Amino acid sequence: MNPAYPSKPAPQWRQSLKHLARSVWRHRVLYLMLLPGLLYFLIFRYWPLWNAQIAFRDFQPTLGVWGSPWVGLQHFLEFFNSYYFSQLLVNTLVISVAKIALGIPPAILLAIALHETSRRFLSRAVQTMSYLPHFLSWVIVYGILLAMLSPSEGLINSGLRALGLEPVPFLTSTATFQPVVVLSEVWKETGWSAILFLAALLSINPALYEAAAIDGASRWQQVRHISLPGIVDVLVLVVLLKIGSILDAGFHQIFVLYSLPVYSVGDIIDTWVYRQGIQNFQFSLATAVGLFKGVIGLVLIVVANRLARRFVGTGLY
Amino acid sequence: MAKKAMSRSDRLFEWGIDAFLVGVLVVTLVPMWYVAMVSLLPFGKSPSLLLPPWEWSFAAYAQLIFQPTIWRAALNSLLLTFGGVLISLTLTVLAAYPLSRRELPGRGFIVGLILFTFLFNAGLIPTFLVVKDLGLLNTYWSVLLNGAVSVYNLLVMKTFFQSLPESLEEAARIDGANDWQVLRHVVLPLSRPILLTIGLFYGVANWNNFFEPILFLSDRSLMPLPVVLRDILTGLNVAEYVEGGAAQAAPAEALKMAAVVLITLPMLLVYPWIQRYFTKGVLIGSVKE
Repeated sequence: MNPAYPSKPAPQWRQSLKHLARSVWRHRVLYLMLLPGLLYFLIFRYWPLWNAQIAFRDFQPTLGVWGSPWVGLQHFLEFFNSYYFSQLLVNTLVISVAKIALGIPPAILLAIALHETSRRFLSRAVQTMSYLPHFLSWVIVYGILLAMLSPSEGLINSGLRALGLEPVPFLTSTATFQPVVVLSEVWKETGWSAILFLAALLSINPALYEAAAIDGASRWQQVRHISLPGIVDVLVLVVLLKIGSILDAGFHQIFVLYSLPVYSVGDIIDTWVYRQGIQNFQFSLATAVGLFKGVIGLVLIVVANRLARRFVGTGLY
Repeated sequence: MAKKAMSRSDRLFEWGIDAFLVGVLVVTLVPMWYVAMVSLLPFGKSPSLLLPPWEWSFAAYAQLIFQPTIWRAALNSLLLTFGGVLISLTLTVLAAYPLSRRELPGRGFIVGLILFTFLFNAGLIPTFLVVKDLGLLNTYWSVLLNGAVSVYNLLVMKTFFQSLPESLEEAARIDGANDWQVLRHVVLPLSRPILLTIGLFYGVANWNNFFEPILFLSDRSLMPLPVVLRDILTGLNVAEYVEGGAAQAAPAEALKMAAVVLITLPMLLVYPWIQRYFTKGVLIGSVKE
């Protein structure tokens, strides 16, 4: 450039725009590859976002999303003022929190046991078998639960009867439904959840254990002072991730397991949205409730991620 | 670990650890074993954990295996599983590769756009309306397309592509290969493990999927195995699945559990591969930018 003329801003941005255009053109094949995936996200993830405005309208299928009349916050207010609002929220939170509180300790225990045992065969057998239920559909687990819990021929009720006790209708009694939901989740997922903790344990420098053993530390002391501190980061991350999705109490599971007699304790936000929306055609109300859940979920996961970055130094995403 | 002279507390510790592991094994296996035992139950016997082999009856299996409904559902399941994997893997690879290229203009923005859908979900009803407006209700496209790309899998695949040595792609480009050729002839051959892992992720999810078929399909003849199993288990349609006088051939609970076993078997057959690749997959799955 000619130093006599100070460079004016206009040519510069025009030049960088030109540069950008050239770069985009050079990568045209890559953009072409991206196109199907991008279309997928636009159609199946962003179009629903547009449709979500029916939460603020009185949606009528004949009028369409855009043509249905606005009603403002009516559906939200109806939901907040209804008796089922607190019931749904309580059920969702109770089930979620119980799953976290009762799910993580066995997973940590299992990881430590797998790490500590000197029997390789036992370790391999337990890993193979305990991961398996994670891959079973909830419908299959429902079948297994029927075999165990059915009042007429379930294994546990046969046991109760042998002891002279009354059989318990575990899946249809309000007293036992939530424990069944939580414990069946623990049964299904403990092995799988242990993998992350096991990986953390395996990444601990073995020299630490050797040094501790030379210093006369017992096995239990080694677990207490080397293994447990070694998995704290993963634990914090897992707990934060679970809190971030605390409103997801397990839709597919409860959808399969629940029935009319246990709606009062088993109905969670997601199952209610499904019934109101799909079965009762209350599209706008169900969308409003779903949107409420989505917004809270977004806030929770963003906060959880911030906390994870601060305390563990690594985020969830 | 080295076996040295152990103190009493250490011996107790080892004993406790092993007892716990055996306990886990028992708690995992007993319910599955019991399902198998009930499925073999003959008439007039009450179910037991230790049904002796000479009393086993395969009548329930014989019943189910000859039901056309089961076969049609199995075909439907295979179609949804493999069709889904094909569509999902294609879309995931095609999106993950460009996004793994750091110099791509607009890459950060597009990744952000995709990540946002991971954090915020518009909910069930708005998505249902999209599928309805596209005219996909009661077609397999609804099930195949709606869950086609998992953000998690996409980010795992992108992370993997980023970890490949750039020098190889660079060399191919100097030889005149365009981006498409680089993906096909350099990147994909190096990505077999991740393709298998992600393919299995998608495959297992599709095979187990029962909610989307229930949500989007109304034609009963389109339903895959898990939906049929659910109907059998809830006893809604036992008569439909077990025709005529056949219902007398095996106790109802044996029929139900035989259905559970039959639908679990394919999963058990591929489980050795699943275990090998999934455990790796869950560990490479550090989805981070």
